[in-house]
Amino acid sequence: MSEGDMETITLQGIELPYVRRGSGQTLLMLHGGGGPVAPMPFAAKLMDRFDVVAPIHPGFAGTRIPDHFDNIHDLKFLYLDFIDALEIEDAVVMGFSMGGWMAAELAVMTTARFSKLILVDSVGIKPGDRDTRDVADVFALHPAELLKITWHDTSKAPNVAEMDEEALAAMAGNRIALALYTFDPYMHNPKLPRLLHRIDIPTLLIWGESDGLVTPEYGAAFRDMIPGARMVVIPEAGHAPQAEQPEAFVSEILAFAS
Amino acid sequence: MKTWFFTEDAYPYLPDADSYESIRVNLPNKHYDPEIGADLYHRYLDMWSAADEIGLEIMLNEHHQTATCVVPAAPLMLSILARETKRARLLILGNPIGNRNTPVRVAEEMAMVDVLSRGRLECGFVRGVPYESAPANVIAFRGTERLWEAHDLIMKAWTHHEGPFNFEGRFYHMRQVNIWPRPYQQPHPPVWVTIGSAGSGVQVAKHKHVGAVFLAGYNGIRTIFDGYRGGYREAHGKEAPLDRLAYCALIHVGENESRAREGAEKILWYMTSNKVAAQWNNPPGYHPPHVAAMIMKGTRGGAGVPLNPQLDDQMARGNVFAGTPDKVFEQIKAFWEYSGGFGHLLMMGQAGFLSYGDTLTSMQLFNDEVYPRLRELTESYDPDRMAYLRNSLPDVEATSLGDLGFAFVR
Repeated sequence: MSEGDMETITLQGIELPYVRRGSGQTLLMLHGGGGPVAPMPFAAKLMDRFDVVAPIHPGFAGTRIPDHFDNIHDLKFLYLDFIDALEIEDAVVMGFSMGGWMAAELAVMTTARFSKLILVDSVGIKPGDRDTRDVADVFALHPAELLKITWHDTSKAPNVAEMDEEALAAMAGNRIALALYTFDPYMHNPKLPRLLHRIDIPTLLIWGESDGLVTPEYGAAFRDMIPGARMVVIPEAGHAPQAEQPEAFVSEILAFAS
Repeated sequence: MKTWFFTEDAYPYLPDADSYESIRVNLPNKHYDPEIGADLYHRYLDMWSAADEIGLEIMLNEHHQTATCVVPAAPLMLSILARETKRARLLILGNPIGNRNTPVRVAEEMAMVDVLSRGRLECGFVRGVPYESAPANVIAFRGTERLWEAHDLIMKAWTHHEGPFNFEGRFYHMRQVNIWPRPYQQPHPPVWVTIGSAGSGVQVAKHKHVGAVFLAGYNGIRTIFDGYRGGYREAHGKEAPLDRLAYCALIHVGENESRAREGAEKILWYMTSNKVAAQWNNPPGYHPPHVAAMIMKGTRGGAGVPLNPQLDDQMARGNVFAGTPDKVFEQIKAFWEYSGGFGHLLMMGQAGFLSYGDTLTSMQLFNDEVYPRLRELTESYDPDRMAYLRNSLPDVEATSLGDLGFAFVR
């Protein structure tokens, strides 16, 4: 997928780039801190079956962070406008990691335009007590250690040494944007657990069994807060099962959403 | 030329550096012995008091969660010095107001010290080095914007005397600001801000604050000072006076070359000890993405401190001035001329294991034999002659910049 596949819509004075490809039911895809997932092989498979809509959160992939943006709630209101503007209806919403948090925040506002919700290795809640580090501190871990807990097989991770300057700068920019959205309170909204009961659509949580950043136990706690939610764990995958086990990942999506 | 004695107040009694990941942020404080720490605090306070008696001005700073500087609350040290010293100007460089997030409290503390010292405060504001982000638990992104808004609020709190005012800005929201006491100096104490790039000097120059540069060396100094001078010229239509610029270097004066070298090697601890883990060097939003990318790739460090410093190399770079009084004067004069001139020399005169005695010897030699000549130098400052010198001294090649930061703000 090249840049030519991107469309742009201006909302709140922000030029929001997004990919829209495929046909069928709309699948709104919200990426995580690692950046856009639409160019990945798993997404191509989903485009055979869904009308995939994948915006890029402002600040990611070399885009600007809007001056008035302070946290994930600014992003939430941007996406509420985005969903209205594209007249998205009856959509499956799928979010990865921070994007999963975003999807949950949108779903607790209203599920009027959504039919199903999928959270992939999502952050957003804090199940433990104040002394528990529920989500690994990605900004405090040595890069090598971070790699180890994020991937089941680190050889599948993007190799910094092989990246060109532009790709590296985009990656560094992603990290800044991720921090803006998740820094404080760290990776969660303390109010979210009290709102998750509002989710009244079928919900699936997909987790990489080896995710050391947000563990499957964390996922189970998240599942238990959403009425009727189901969870599947994908073996030999870390924080990004869509990257490490794309086939298993896609078949779980199809089984749930078809 | 005013010279300011500065020590970071280090706790140097550490285990082998191979046994820990980082001297900053996550070095367990079990390695800190409070009894030794108490002795050190008193020794450092004695050094500052000695500077007061010898004839030097005083500078102090703060850092957090680090053995390199065990003053996490510089205003506390400052208040002691306000009472214990009699003469010296007291420079705090500075208050990390982008991280501290309590500008009105800072305005109150600084006003209090200014009154207590009967108007001897010089108040610095800093963004802070990258590894201050984690201890402060503050996102580094927009740190500069926060610094300037906090600065505006503090200036207003200092200079507004007609009862409470309202300040509801982008970052800070206060509705009843009316500080007691107000500053002793009118309209407010002199203000300093650290600068590390040409761009960062412009805003400081606009306010006519002192721009202070740390360890930029020959490679960086002209660019940074020129940025300030250009900003000053543009904002005020005249040349920046010498006393608007400051330079900080490691300085050691000895009775002879070998003693001087021995002392300088000890002060170099400030650089050699600074083992900082990658994650603390590159907090999200401190560096712009293209710089953060270089740090990720390992082609440069996160702050301006070199990783494998050698004394001769650091002297050649203009980061260390060391030797007999004659030699130190020559080194400073050469750097001063190359830089286009500055009115304040920040003398990091103690670091690591340099003893109380050697520190005082260096201070005394500096005061007696270097300082008078530096004063003459600045008193004879002639912009035309400086321009001539400038043209006759070509730019030092900015090669092997390596891990020296170009947007480095302490």
